[in-house]
Amino acid sequence: MRTLSWVYLGAIFTFILLPVVVLVIFSFQDGRLPVPPFKGATLKWYAKILGDRDLMDALVNSMMVAILSSLVAVTLGFLAASGLARAALPGSALMRGLLIAPMTVSYLIIGLGLLQMFNQVGIRPSLLATGIGHVVINLPLCFAILYAAIGEHQKSALQAARDLGAREWQVLWHVAAPMLAPSLAAAFFLSFTFSWDEFIIAFLLTRFDVTLPVEIWSMLRSGLSPATNAVGSLVFLVSVAVVVTLELTLFRKGSK
Amino acid sequence: MSIERIEKRQGATLVAPALLWTLIFFVLPFLAMALMSLSHLEGRSVVSGPDLRNYAKIFTEASLLKGIAVSLEITVLVTVISVALAWPLAWIIATRVPVRWRRLALLLAVLPFWTSYVVRSYSWALVLGEKGVVMNALVGLGMLSEPVQIMATRSATVTGFVHFFVMLLTLTIYSNLVQLSPNYARAAEDLGASRWQVIRLVILPLTLPGVVTGAFLTFVLCIGDYITPQILGGNNELTLPQLIMLQLGRRGDYPMASALSLVLMLIVTLAYLACARWLKMERV
Repeated sequence: MRTLSWVYLGAIFTFILLPVVVLVIFSFQDGRLPVPPFKGATLKWYAKILGDRDLMDALVNSMMVAILSSLVAVTLGFLAASGLARAALPGSALMRGLLIAPMTVSYLIIGLGLLQMFNQVGIRPSLLATGIGHVVINLPLCFAILYAAIGEHQKSALQAARDLGAREWQVLWHVAAPMLAPSLAAAFFLSFTFSWDEFIIAFLLTRFDVTLPVEIWSMLRSGLSPATNAVGSLVFLVSVAVVVTLELTLFRKGSK
Repeated sequence: MSIERIEKRQGATLVAPALLWTLIFFVLPFLAMALMSLSHLEGRSVVSGPDLRNYAKIFTEASLLKGIAVSLEITVLVTVISVALAWPLAWIIATRVPVRWRRLALLLAVLPFWTSYVVRSYSWALVLGEKGVVMNALVGLGMLSEPVQIMATRSATVTGFVHFFVMLLTLTIYSNLVQLSPNYARAAEDLGASRWQVIRLVILPLTLPGVVTGAFLTFVLCIGDYITPQILGGNNELTLPQLIMLQLGRRGDYPMASALSLVLMLIVTLAYLACARWLKMERV
């Protein structure tokens, strides 16, 4: 069974890593098509995409939408989680359910609903509309993470602060936020990742200014090209850098 | 005012922004969509109902009915294959890989997670294409005399999906496995169970709740996805999300797109109820 295990591990790792390896290798292809045979290495595709205005604009747009929508989602989630942990409100189970509900609905449907509503009230497709959609999909996640992080210990610390005369905003800012900092960071980074990579909502809700996944999508329509490989490899590189940084800083303490 | 009432008022004030956001940008659009699904398109204009024409059409028109069937078939297939591939992987990482390499193995197993979703599907298009790496290797090794068409077929869609969900399920099953006390396996071994029996009769059943949760997640994400079938499956057979996008793109038929979306939601809800019921029974 030992040999079998290693054979299986080798086979499945090949399957899992194959597309990424092929993607990265053929981003250096010195030729027009990113398929075998490999004709030699060049960096010209990277130069091409880094000089592509539309692509770089899309990258900046994605970055902005991801940062701002994640900030809003984390803030709303944080306030709601503190509120529901603060007092036994009537219907609090219902409120929790409502806040979590968007998690169970596919992005396509959320995007479609927003598109129709925005059409009816005359809001044009834009980055703002996309950002609103991204808050909708990330708020449940942020709320769930932060609500789960507030345990009995945290509750009594907050209560103590109130008993000592802190105002509500002081309790949130000086006690709750620092205490929940790791969870706040986790919620923010997860939201950022989801927004950064989200396609269908951005596809439905943007028109002229688009996000990176939508721009990549339109690159695909012109067929296979090493330029698309180069974009994909860059996105991959940036994400891996972020993950490795997190692994070495934020999560290292937790694992020991 | 009593302290309790102050507390409640403050709590409510804090929850209000998130609740309002969810009501305005989630519940309201959903209601608008439900209402829209009850109107229908005549020519280029929307005739408001309420009527059930769209729903009647969904369950009579062959192309739409087929979309539902195709989506269900692909999703069930993907879920089953992904679980079958991910479970052994998670188990090997949790029990066979030396402790110090475990974290690295897990990181490698989910590495492609960090490319963008659109790019991942594109990569499979590269790999599976007629001139791609796989066909090149198979023909080069003499296992095939000429390339076989995989791209733009259901096999390509399923491959792309399985790739993504194996990673997801490996994570959920792994976290389930490492929580199990090693004593279960030891006890079974002491009582004379062979290694296969330990896995089949002890470990596997203990991970079932985690497997079912992961499988449900796979089902929901898979059946609602537009990107993978669009890039890899082509237009030969359309899934439900592809049909929804087609209504929008080609005809601007918002009522039909809305009705199809509600059907999609209904399917997901039914799957959820089935899983919830099963998990509840398991606990009793």
